[in-house]
Amino acid sequence: MFAYIIRRVLQMIPTIFGVMLLLFILFNWVGGDPSYILAGKSMNATTLANIRAQLGLDKSQFAQFLIFVKQVATLNFGISWSNQQPVSSILAARVGPSVTLTGFIMLVSTVLSISMASLVAYVRGSLTDRMVTLICTTAMSVSALVYIIAGQFWLAHKLGWFPVLGWGDSFAKNLVTYLPLPVLLGVIVSLAPDLRFYRSCFVEEMNHDYVRTARAKGLSEPKIMLKHVMRNALIPVVTSIMMSLPYLLVGALLLETFFAIPGMGREVIMAVDKSDFPVIKAITIYIAILTMIFNLLADIVYKLIDPRVQLK
Amino acid sequence: MANEKGSRSLWALGWKRLRKDHIGFVSLWMVAAFVLLALAGALGLVASGWRNEVAKPYAPPTLLKSLGPKHVQLTAENIDAANKASEQANGQPSTGTSLTADEDPLAGDLAEASKNEGQYQEAATQKAETLPMGADLRGRDVLQKVLKGTSTSMLVGLMGSLAAIVLGTIMGGFGGYFGQKIDDLLMWFYSVFTSVPDMLLLLAFSAVLRRGISTVILVMALTSWTGTFRLMRAEFLKHKSREYVKAADAIGASHLRRMFVHILPNVSYLLLVQFSILTVALIKYEVILSFLGFGVSVTQISWGSMLAEAPAELIQGYWWQMACVTLFMSILVTAFSMLTDSLRDALDPKVK
Repeated sequence: MFAYIIRRVLQMIPTIFGVMLLLFILFNWVGGDPSYILAGKSMNATTLANIRAQLGLDKSQFAQFLIFVKQVATLNFGISWSNQQPVSSILAARVGPSVTLTGFIMLVSTVLSISMASLVAYVRGSLTDRMVTLICTTAMSVSALVYIIAGQFWLAHKLGWFPVLGWGDSFAKNLVTYLPLPVLLGVIVSLAPDLRFYRSCFVEEMNHDYVRTARAKGLSEPKIMLKHVMRNALIPVVTSIMMSLPYLLVGALLLETFFAIPGMGREVIMAVDKSDFPVIKAITIYIAILTMIFNLLADIVYKLIDPRVQLK
Repeated sequence: MANEKGSRSLWALGWKRLRKDHIGFVSLWMVAAFVLLALAGALGLVASGWRNEVAKPYAPPTLLKSLGPKHVQLTAENIDAANKASEQANGQPSTGTSLTADEDPLAGDLAEASKNEGQYQEAATQKAETLPMGADLRGRDVLQKVLKGTSTSMLVGLMGSLAAIVLGTIMGGFGGYFGQKIDDLLMWFYSVFTSVPDMLLLLAFSAVLRRGISTVILVMALTSWTGTFRLMRAEFLKHKSREYVKAADAIGASHLRRMFVHILPNVSYLLLVQFSILTVALIKYEVILSFLGFGVSVTQISWGSMLAEAPAELIQGYWWQMACVTLFMSILVTAFSMLTDSLRDALDPKVK
């Protein structure tokens, strides 16, 4: 196990190098010369030369890449181009709201979708099952944007049940006042695809022979479902949840934009809008590292909940 | 793929099964209609006049006029009439908008402008009071806009996923077939691109490229080839040691011929399913990208850029543009998803 983890961690190095190379090509070659953006109105030859010297753009491409490698190795991405604050302090301030928002969406949506999926799978083939599948398919056909626009308009603006947007300083206030509507909309958007996927996991397990054996030896239905089927069906479910965790950090970018929640996703959009390359690069690197770590964790959890799995 | 008696090709069998599947067959025709609409829109045959301001701003849908706000367009007369009414009601003169010539700094210019007004004759066009699906802020026909937007979104989805499939198949084919160093290199590419979430990668690409339909297609192809790559790599790996490929080797077929003439047709049914899954995903991505302003440019129209106008319209009570886009999009996405499910069932070689 230990040797496996070491090997996987070592395998991450070429991948992160590749991500760095990709970002470097994108932002240093394709992106053009950023000194024109930075100079803004005070554009003249000396300002441009100064900015280039500060960013190291007057050095060779290789030396510039080394600067970037050093930034990644020390996790110090310099200062933001749009507001002159250190990138690390901006990101540190953005993690909290993002994790709060996506954490609650994840929690509520997982509990709801797993319990509903197991119930629907239990009555598979019935009218209820077909209705739920039909509703899920229809619900998935509407863009997430429409749910958010309509939800914000009717629930917050028209009915006044929630504040239209905003975010506070205290966790308790956010939890009670600002969080419910974004979480509700996030759950509505993610419930249908999750429910469909989890239902198929459950249905597949319920067709196995061991379920019939368990019934034949006289186990009660709840016991079969919870002890035998659930344990097996949860294997792909847990894996998919683990893999989606890092995605969630930027996945809520629409919700964060609509509800003015100062999180990672909104930061990405603002950075792209303002051509704030250091922030985009830093977020991409962090997310890539997180994705790889969570992939590894997913494999380890996979092994823990399913002893049959051999880690290679 | 000889269509001999007794042994029919996978495609012929798949077609036969798809025709028996009513839901799948209906979905196929609906998707085909949307594809035709996309092509017609791209060639300028349909909705080429979506930019024309044919109606009054926010003209309501003809049949559902009563559901919208009462006023359509406020004119100076409306305001004056309202002022007069309030004057009479209150019994005192309102502050009003009227200024004496001394107080108004623009009075001189306005007098001259109204004197010269006759010289600049504008072709007076009759602006419609209502339209089948209503009008937007500038009086453009929402139906025309949504048809053109459908065309743009479909085109981005179809072209993007076609490019991604071609890229993924070629890379997956080489990786799976040749293995060793080439495979290591391609797997490295794969791990790099999958370690960054799609949305973030799309945004990073669109941060440095200029806006427009072709950019969106390029960005989508560059970010979404990974699924096809993994699938095709596994298939080519499996097929390369099969007997028919060895036989092709024995009669002197080159590597490329074995890959793309012998193996590819045997795995192509997977590509069709992959293509339809990817198209739906890319259409959804395009909507979000254009909504955020990183997709199509401002001179073009797509579902995303139409939805971007929706929040401001909803506040004022003009719901029809959002309803129209949502309707078109959900019909297409539902039909496409059902078609994907039916295709998967129809083309699965294990089902006979």
